[in-house]
Amino acid sequence: MKKYIINLFGCSLFFISFFVSVNVLAQTDPLIEKVSQKLAQVNDYVAEGTMKTDVSFIKASLGKVKVYFKKPNLLKVKKEGGISLLPRGGVSLTINTLLNTKQYTTIPSGTQVLNGKNVTVIKLIPTDDNLDWVISTLWIDPVEALVYKTATTTKENGSYEITMQYGEYAQQGLASKIIFSFNTKDYKLPNGITLEFGDEDPAAKKKALKNKKGTIEITYSKYTINKGIPNNIF
Amino acid sequence: MWSLIQIELYKIFRRPRTYIAFGAIAALIVVIQLGLKIDGDTYAAFLMKDINDTLTVDGKVLNGYLICYILLQLLLVHVPLLVALIAADMISGEANLGTLRLLFSTPFSRTQWVLAKFIAASVYTILLLIWLAFLALFVSMWVFGTDDLFLMKSNYVVLIEQNDVLWRYVGAFVFASFSLLTVTSLGFLMSSMANNSIGPIVGTMSAIVFFTILSTLNIPLFTVIKPYLFTTHMNNWKEFFDIQVNDSNEAIHGSVLNIPKIKNSLIVLTLHIILFVSASIIIIKKKDILS
Repeated sequence: MKKYIINLFGCSLFFISFFVSVNVLAQTDPLIEKVSQKLAQVNDYVAEGTMKTDVSFIKASLGKVKVYFKKPNLLKVKKEGGISLLPRGGVSLTINTLLNTKQYTTIPSGTQVLNGKNVTVIKLIPTDDNLDWVISTLWIDPVEALVYKTATTTKENGSYEITMQYGEYAQQGLASKIIFSFNTKDYKLPNGITLEFGDEDPAAKKKALKNKKGTIEITYSKYTINKGIPNNIF
Repeated sequence: MWSLIQIELYKIFRRPRTYIAFGAIAALIVVIQLGLKIDGDTYAAFLMKDINDTLTVDGKVLNGYLICYILLQLLLVHVPLLVALIAADMISGEANLGTLRLLFSTPFSRTQWVLAKFIAASVYTILLLIWLAFLALFVSMWVFGTDDLFLMKSNYVVLIEQNDVLWRYVGAFVFASFSLLTVTSLGFLMSSMANNSIGPIVGTMSAIVFFTILSTLNIPLFTVIKPYLFTTHMNNWKEFFDIQVNDSNEAIHGSVLNIPKIKNSLIVLTLHIILFVSASIIIIKKKDILS
């Protein structure tokens, strides 16, 4: 009888602690809520800016781009009259698209100093299995309720880091500059295909081997907010 | 002199074989353009396999500018063989027919005749190049449209803005004219040494193939002689399509990566032309016309 009571007590304790922990996880962090509220002011935007591609094996000049966003998570980057290069799958994982799904749980992960700013670190774990990302870490300024950095791991396209700077549109939680960092894979085409026999550029080869990290930098000059965007843009 | 050039041009363009090269270039270009129009996306996907692992490329990659680059890569290796068909026949053909004696018995000097023949052969070469440029560049631009030039090299990719491309093609074609004129002058030199056409034509083609193989082999023994071979420099038109980057890895609009390399190649090719034509004049001046 005594053994039975002890077992019952143990089981009850386990279930209580399990439900309590699940309940804690399921709660949205108030800071995330604050950030979400700020972002909720923006239903859609068209942002104009310049894009810089810095990948070791790519020589590309600055290009003018237009970024289209529509709630909850539609995002498109278009280069005006030219070919654009974007990190595979990563560019759509901006803070708006991450938080607008509302399908995540939050885990507080302490505070850190990021570029001289005290920021709160919060991890997001998606609750919807169909979402592309597995985990995302957010570095948030608790005073301004602005996300300064995210690090996201995706299911199929590797990991991305997005660093943000804010300016004129900080009130709406929109960045003035976004830097996407991602890992690059090797690039090599056989000489038989490129017909470049005997004229290899050793400097380019050396450089390509040295730097395996790529960045795409978008500096926004103007946002047009909540003016409506047709769905066929995306 | 002008009348001599006119006579030589008349002779060149009266022969049906002159038009073989124009026909061959047109046929090759049309076939490649047709293939790329129908199944170009598969070809582009194959080329971009490594890039697509990391990046999404948005835009018209397979546009007229890239098609032209692909065509030039394929054809500028073979067009010299077509040039040799005419250039290597300029003097030896006349020697074979027995008309060379008649030419040299006119009041014009042998040097004038040789120069007139060389200029006429050069006009043919340039016209062939213009024909190539028209089909490869302008027809491709018309059929495939235009966009930025997304150039996939062996170790890196160059993305050139579309408003920065056309002048590079002008530069590349001017450079290619020097390359082909070198072949013309080589054929001309071979022609001056023979009394029938087959030997100089085959000799010129063999020399081009032989030196091209030496130029493309990365064997240290050949590396020493490579800078002196005209075939090493003939392919440097590609340098117009490589751009400089600044410290932030941003491509500099309107820049060319290695201008000294282009200048050096142009000097080497020009020296070859002068050398081959001068040698032809000397040989012809000393030649006994026995046919």
